[in-house]
Amino acid sequence: MEYINLLFSEIYKILYVLIPVLVSVTMIVWLDRRIWAFVQKRRGPNVVGPFGLFQTLADALKYIFKEIIIPASSNKVIFILAPIVTMTLALIAWAVIPFSEDYVLADINVGILYIFAISSLGVYGIIMGGWASNSKYPFLGSIRSAAQMVSYEVSIGVIIINVLLCVGSLNLSDIVLAQEKIWFVIPLFPMFVIFFISSLAETNRPPFDLPEAEAELVAGYQTEYSGMMYAMFWLGEYANILLMCALGSILFLGGWLAPIDTPLFEMVPPPAWLIFKILFLFVLFALIKAIVPRYRYDQLMRLGWKVFLPFSLIWVVLTSGYLLYFDLLPVY
Amino acid sequence: MLAHAIFFYFFSFVAIISAIMVTVSKNTVHSVFFLILDFISISCLFIMIGAEFLGMIMLIVYVGAVAVLFLFVVMMLNVAQQKNQWFKSTDTSTHIPIGLIVSAIIFFELIIVIGGWKYKPEIIKNFSNSLTSNSTNTHTIGSVLYTEYIHLFQISGMILLVAMIGAIVLTFRKREGVKRQNYFSQISREKNQGVELVEIKSNEGVKIDV
Repeated sequence: MEYINLLFSEIYKILYVLIPVLVSVTMIVWLDRRIWAFVQKRRGPNVVGPFGLFQTLADALKYIFKEIIIPASSNKVIFILAPIVTMTLALIAWAVIPFSEDYVLADINVGILYIFAISSLGVYGIIMGGWASNSKYPFLGSIRSAAQMVSYEVSIGVIIINVLLCVGSLNLSDIVLAQEKIWFVIPLFPMFVIFFISSLAETNRPPFDLPEAEAELVAGYQTEYSGMMYAMFWLGEYANILLMCALGSILFLGGWLAPIDTPLFEMVPPPAWLIFKILFLFVLFALIKAIVPRYRYDQLMRLGWKVFLPFSLIWVVLTSGYLLYFDLLPVY
Repeated sequence: MLAHAIFFYFFSFVAIISAIMVTVSKNTVHSVFFLILDFISISCLFIMIGAEFLGMIMLIVYVGAVAVLFLFVVMMLNVAQQKNQWFKSTDTSTHIPIGLIVSAIIFFELIIVIGGWKYKPEIIKNFSNSLTSNSTNTHTIGSVLYTEYIHLFQISGMILLVAMIGAIVLTFRKREGVKRQNYFSQISREKNQGVELVEIKSNEGVKIDV
């Protein structure tokens, strides 16, 4: 009986995080399309519901009622597993995101490593989808995206090391609390820029959306998918984008902390600050999608390995040298 | 502790079954996926005994990087179609004796290590920091690895670097006749170098020779 109570309370807590995430994913798709439209002087989705807010729900309903077509020559088990893997991985990473000091599902010691591990697993959904489709374009797209995600993970890892040097802990709540005096975006501003660009590449967003470059590869790894399975890829992708925005705001923009410690800002609940920062980063993501043209593949690889990686490595040396010289290293 | 036991047996069962499936499954790509499942369940076991740092590093390094390379090689070389049927074949294969020898050596090494640990517990005390309640195992691993074993750590890093450079040197070949893009000349191109505005008179046209 005790176990069953425990199980239900855990499930309740999980739903308390999961449902807001899923709802905000659908809202964020709408926001993405709206911003894209406004930049191009179009209206965007504005028919279904107030301001077109329910457009994504309508789309999702449409996908649910469509037939799922599984290609005859595909590897069926892996073909079905791929969108499930993508979506699951995008959602379980939210377990460690702290929304305020006491509103976090799992406050584990190695939270940042957990998120890093989960996002490095995210590449499997894409490789599995591309390979199991047994078709040219999905395979090319999945190979591209695997190479791209693995390369940019390296630079994201080095950037995270920069932040961890200043914090001295792998716990995400500790990382936020270490920014009470100053947000890391100010001392580590170049790292913030590189982290932002790398997270664009990590989530296969434009201008780095080569895995699904529609002019060359039809739709990349998603070409053979239809119905609900396509919708799961799509939800997983946007949940990943939200996760990278949340990670950026926790690592650099002070998580749930208010910008200035004044009574007026204290009236706003802490999770609202985090959501506001996530939205800010997402608006940047969406604007970049609308403004910047797609990169060429060799330029993408060169940017990751020859520009970002050396630069962030040098910045690790600089940060640790600075902290050591002024005796600011966090001691445990 | 019941839940703990259930999770332990679940993860170890999955680990053993997937390890067997790595060798038995006919499709090589499936083998790699079972290998990934094996890595994941092993890292879950690591997390269950409280070694969360090792578990996460296992996920990042093995699953996030090494297994992706495996998968790449297997998919690109198109060995997926080869039927892996050593357990059915009647002719004597040379792989099985070598594999048996290697696994026997690993087995005896494990017995020596675990036996020493089990029957002489005082050996471990000589060279290990005990985990205290106020330090996480990330801190403990760091404080041991970067102080007592710093030279071994650096040497293993150098060996990896040498191996990487060796692999690059072995596979590097200079190909003739490859057009390379110069990024700086591409980016520094101005409008007046690329586009020319031509006044066209009516009924005369313009002659464009390059």
